[in-house]
Amino acid sequence: MNDTPVGFHDSRKNRVSKFNWISILAIPLAAILFQVYVPQFFTYLSYLEVPLLVTVYFSLARRSPVAGVFFGAGIGLAQDSLSHHPLGMFGIVKTLVGYFAGSVSQRFEVENSWVRLVLAFFFFFFHQFFYWVLTRALLGELVGFDPLQTIVVALLNAAVAVPLYHVLDKLRVTE
Amino acid sequence: MEFLLNRYRNLSVLLVAILAQLALLAYQVKSNQEVRLIRVWAVGAVTPLARVIEAGRSGASHLFRDYFVLLGVREDNQRLKTELNRVEMENQYYRAELATAENARALSIFQASSQSKTVAAHVVANTTDTGANPVIDRGSSSGVQKGLAVITPEGIVGKIISVFPNASYVLLITDPTFAAGVVSQKHHVHGTLKGQGHSTVTVEYVQNEESVDPGEWFLASGDDGIFPRGTPVGQATIVRPGRNYKEIYVTPSGLQNGLEDVLIVIDGVHGIIPDAAPQDQPVHLLAPPAAEDSGADAPAQSGARQTDLDRAAQHNRAIGESQGHKYGDKSTPAPNFNLALPSLASPSQAGPIAPEDAPRPEGPIPHP
Repeated sequence: MNDTPVGFHDSRKNRVSKFNWISILAIPLAAILFQVYVPQFFTYLSYLEVPLLVTVYFSLARRSPVAGVFFGAGIGLAQDSLSHHPLGMFGIVKTLVGYFAGSVSQRFEVENSWVRLVLAFFFFFFHQFFYWVLTRALLGELVGFDPLQTIVVALLNAAVAVPLYHVLDKLRVTE
Repeated sequence: MEFLLNRYRNLSVLLVAILAQLALLAYQVKSNQEVRLIRVWAVGAVTPLARVIEAGRSGASHLFRDYFVLLGVREDNQRLKTELNRVEMENQYYRAELATAENARALSIFQASSQSKTVAAHVVANTTDTGANPVIDRGSSSGVQKGLAVITPEGIVGKIISVFPNASYVLLITDPTFAAGVVSQKHHVHGTLKGQGHSTVTVEYVQNEESVDPGEWFLASGDDGIFPRGTPVGQATIVRPGRNYKEIYVTPSGLQNGLEDVLIVIDGVHGIIPDAAPQDQPVHLLAPPAAEDSGADAPAQSGARQTDLDRAAQHNRAIGESQGHKYGDKSTPAPNFNLALPSLASPSQAGPIAPEDAPRPEGPIPHP
């Protein structure tokens, strides 16, 4: 594995933030493993959508919609491969999330914890809603969508996202 | 063109990525085929990791407990727990079936269903879906097939939806896409069980006119060809009349104690439901008929079954012997078979007939 840092340019503060390849591969893998394994013992943690939080984080950190698209598609398809739905459901939704997160990062200061909280909340709600739309529209499954419950779960995810992003910040290689 | 691509580079990449995934999705939905290779790779990559983590967690947990708790007691407890689960499952099945077995048909179904062969499996992970459906450590190498029922001693859990060599996906009873045929235990009301995406499930298509009591148990009806009839499903918590059908909410009993170990019903009826009744009806071996109360008229039973002809021959042989006749010896007088056996003759009747006083037979001599 090449440890060459991958550029994460922070144009706003004119500094270059980097992650090495190991982090870029290991963090999404750990997020997916978390979702696969941890809820088995802690059922209440099944509400955490860690792969989504990681997608948002990398897209925000990269500050590039194109990179967000690739992160979202990659993590989403990996998640799809471990679900019983056809491949592409999570992929499409996370691709959009990555794109929008990358676009937002070009206009806002995404290092701020409050901004991250709001963005994580918003993207979680968007993710769940759009996934529901796709499930009904493309698969024809009549599943329900509870906005109130989704908002509550989105708040929980946003609350987890802030400290998680703080930890992930430590893994960045800053020059 | 190049100008447009450069100007809208981000949007172009997004569109390409979305369209590519839509095409992939459309292919799978249209052809009803999944991209199995990718899934096999993904599950093959994750399952060993999950096993290692589970083995580490389980090993550490067991080591800790075994160190502080008596070693033998723990093993005994595990064995007894397994045995208790099996007995509890049998007991529940018998109770449920006996409650509905009012005729021979129910009994025959009960006997046929009790032959179900199961395979124990351990939950090692969950899928990444919103409902977090479990992944179990048994796959096609253990004889698991898509569509098999997954149960616990407490009730039904779900069914197998994807099978890999060493793992399988289980669609939980609470998943919104889950459906199964159920019947209420008391009023025998049939309905369709559907998941709702949370801890309770509903029973649908029950007419408002039909009666279901709160607290009434629902059991698998077997109509779906997946779950053996009589397997517990859960208790109705809310029952109220709806617009077209009753609204019945059921708390699934199979998920109440968490999911660690499950049973896969290998021999359960699944797939196509036959139009005709099952042909393999059980054969009943009737008990031998009670011995006739014929006293001496019926000679000592040797245990072998006898026909009427056998009994007549024995009777005549006894008469001949009582009159001194030796069968096969032509020198002895022929016996009179019209006379009763001396032991049966009442005191008012003529006493024992001496052989020399016996009249000559008039009819043909029966040969014993």
